[in-house]
Amino acid sequence: MHTLSLTALTKALQQREFSSTELTQHYLNRIEKYQELNAFISIDAKGALSAAALADKALKNAETPTLMGIPMAHKDIFCTEAMPTTCASKMLEHFYSPYSATIVKRFQNAGAILVGKTNMDEFAMGSTNENSYFGPVKNPWNIECVPGGSSGGSAAAVAASLVPFTTGSDTGGSIRQPAAFCGLSGLKPTYGLVSRFGMVAYASSLDHAGAFAHSAEDLALILQTMAGFDEHDSTSIQRPLPNYSAALKKPIKNLRIGLPAGFFHEEVDGDIKEALHAAVTLFEAAGATVVPLDLTLQPMWVPCYYVIASAEASSNLSRYDGVRFGHRARHAKTLQELITRSRTEGFGMEVKRRVLLGTHVLSSGYFDDYYVKAQKVRRLIQEELQQALSTVDIILGPTTPSTAYKLGEALRYPTQRYLADSFTVGANLAGLPALSIPMGFSKGLPIGMQMIGPHFSEASLLNIADYYQQVTDWHHARPNEL
Amino acid sequence: MTWETVIGLEVHAQLKTCSKLFSSSATRYGAPANSQTSYIDAGLPGILPVLNQKAVQMAIQFGFAINATINNDSFFERKNYFYPDLPKGYQISQFQRPIVSDGHLDIDDHQQTKRVEILRAHLEEDAGKSLHEAHPTDTGIDLNRAGNPLLEIVTTPCITSAKEAICYLKTLHQLLVFLDICDGNMQEGSFRCDVNISIRPKGQNTLGTRTELKNLNSFRFIEKAIHYEECRHQDLLESGQIVLQETRLYCPKTNTTQVLRTKENENDYRYFPDPDLLPIHITAEDFA
Repeated sequence: MHTLSLTALTKALQQREFSSTELTQHYLNRIEKYQELNAFISIDAKGALSAAALADKALKNAETPTLMGIPMAHKDIFCTEAMPTTCASKMLEHFYSPYSATIVKRFQNAGAILVGKTNMDEFAMGSTNENSYFGPVKNPWNIECVPGGSSGGSAAAVAASLVPFTTGSDTGGSIRQPAAFCGLSGLKPTYGLVSRFGMVAYASSLDHAGAFAHSAEDLALILQTMAGFDEHDSTSIQRPLPNYSAALKKPIKNLRIGLPAGFFHEEVDGDIKEALHAAVTLFEAAGATVVPLDLTLQPMWVPCYYVIASAEASSNLSRYDGVRFGHRARHAKTLQELITRSRTEGFGMEVKRRVLLGTHVLSSGYFDDYYVKAQKVRRLIQEELQQALSTVDIILGPTTPSTAYKLGEALRYPTQRYLADSFTVGANLAGLPALSIPMGFSKGLPIGMQMIGPHFSEASLLNIADYYQQVTDWHHARPNEL
Repeated sequence: MTWETVIGLEVHAQLKTCSKLFSSSATRYGAPANSQTSYIDAGLPGILPVLNQKAVQMAIQFGFAINATINNDSFFERKNYFYPDLPKGYQISQFQRPIVSDGHLDIDDHQQTKRVEILRAHLEEDAGKSLHEAHPTDTGIDLNRAGNPLLEIVTTPCITSAKEAICYLKTLHQLLVFLDICDGNMQEGSFRCDVNISIRPKGQNTLGTRTELKNLNSFRFIEKAIHYEECRHQDLLESGQIVLQETRLYCPKTNTTQVLRTKENENDYRYFPDPDLLPIHITAEDFA
């Protein structure tokens, strides 16, 4: 069952080739079997099986939502009532949210079966999933490697076929980079298309909810359920949604592909450059034209991102003070001691690093030089990307400069690892939709290709990705032992 | 030497909306502790604010009433500081660009009309309350007030006496009640005032060092506090000492003011635009 695609699974359930209960049990067994990947923080087998029983009843009737009876998992950053929402932090180790995130409700209403919550970098800060209070996640392609981050558990879970799809969040690349490292299709939609209500905030103006699956076709189904206006999120956008699945299979004949020169610098692995050239050749054969782009502000993406993301994080994480919820230091004698010790004990190193950095850039005397300047640069980056996207349909490049690193490597050079985001953060700064799909292998590890499109161009991005997946089979590859 | 008093006033008027500034919880006074506290007011992880349009309308109404500029674009910022009754660790307020600026209110002080310049009026959310009396060793937190909509109305330093200050406050109070945007109940904290006061030799242009007075919940206390503070400043200056810039609490029992915090201990609030809220965009059609 787990070798079927999400799309095939929905059809099989509707034609009652097997039941949701059987399917859910099958995935629960796999989760149990591959525990060493450490992809999950919480598992709710009982809840999942009773939801599956209900789905089976519903499936007996004619019309059911597409995802009815399909097991899935949420990144542990989305608030759920059924299981704790930890953000992989000691701070929220025992935190049960009294409400569910909008997208959690959307999947629930669509009949999807929530089996568990996936591991991640603490508060979504990191790109290796090693910054988790619950331990690192292992890459199913090579368990000595990281799955990427921060949505590492969500990526590993789908890559190992422990669930057909998962949600993730992407603030600087946290869906696309692990999708690339784990050989998956991962989508970060346009800012405002998917509700952020109930997604624990890291950097509000950069946080996006998205998803992982094995193909663009599957992502289309998922996005149809996730996307849409939410009155609880003031940055959510009210506009009619296209039918994403119907938009697939359109010809891509006159496609204009922008290739930024900066995505091919010397630090990018040779194998990755080669894979990308092969992909471009394939698109050209289908009638696409290639337009060289010069994104002059690309060197500013990472510094700009870290100033803004840290600034917002320092404020968003102020609520964890040990007073109302979360970790509370014992025997504190004064208010200051309570807050200081609760935060010192509850947060990990990377979170502390970013909170301190963010507090600094917002401080009186530094605000203009860092935060204000970064906001100005952000505006220029947005303009440059939008300008580029007015001349091409998509910007194409590798998702990451390298394939998955060895576990432990990144911890030694924490800030150097920030450069891993150098291709992905641009789409977050500009709020543009972007996805990563598999485009080859290097020494047994998957390589990801990133496509960035204009605002609200998800239908077209998925169509282009789907075209590529029609003519290649990288996305069908699965890790050997699994 | 003859001294001249210079006063600027900040009034926090609670707007008479049914629900809070960024959540749908009720704003009724006196309900059991935390019974009017939603997940948004409690600052739970993942929550987001949604602006109460009614509060915006009331701020605009006030702007018209004081002949002020209604700014087409204003935005909310976060004022960051840690305090147990501030659930998110920041207060959503307006700083760089308030919704209302540059208005005035004419006051009638014994046949003499005076124009009080109002620098700005901005929207912000209230904090909760710490309850120290309920339990001998612990402090309770009541978040019913957290998120209540406030209009902070700030004058220029253009008021020259306690009498004038009271006259302005009474006129403003009357206006807010007349506009039906504030119930004006001072005991319940619907109309609160902070006083910025300094003195200078008569005729001097530059302002003296100011102190800020808090905890003033009646017109009588405001008047007394101003008088006390005028004398304190004068005593200091005439004995060759300096006035320290600090925030002071008025104590009605002793009719004195005590230091709450000095300038060095002031928080660096690290204001920055709240990314969870869109700017407030007001067009001429909105006034129709």
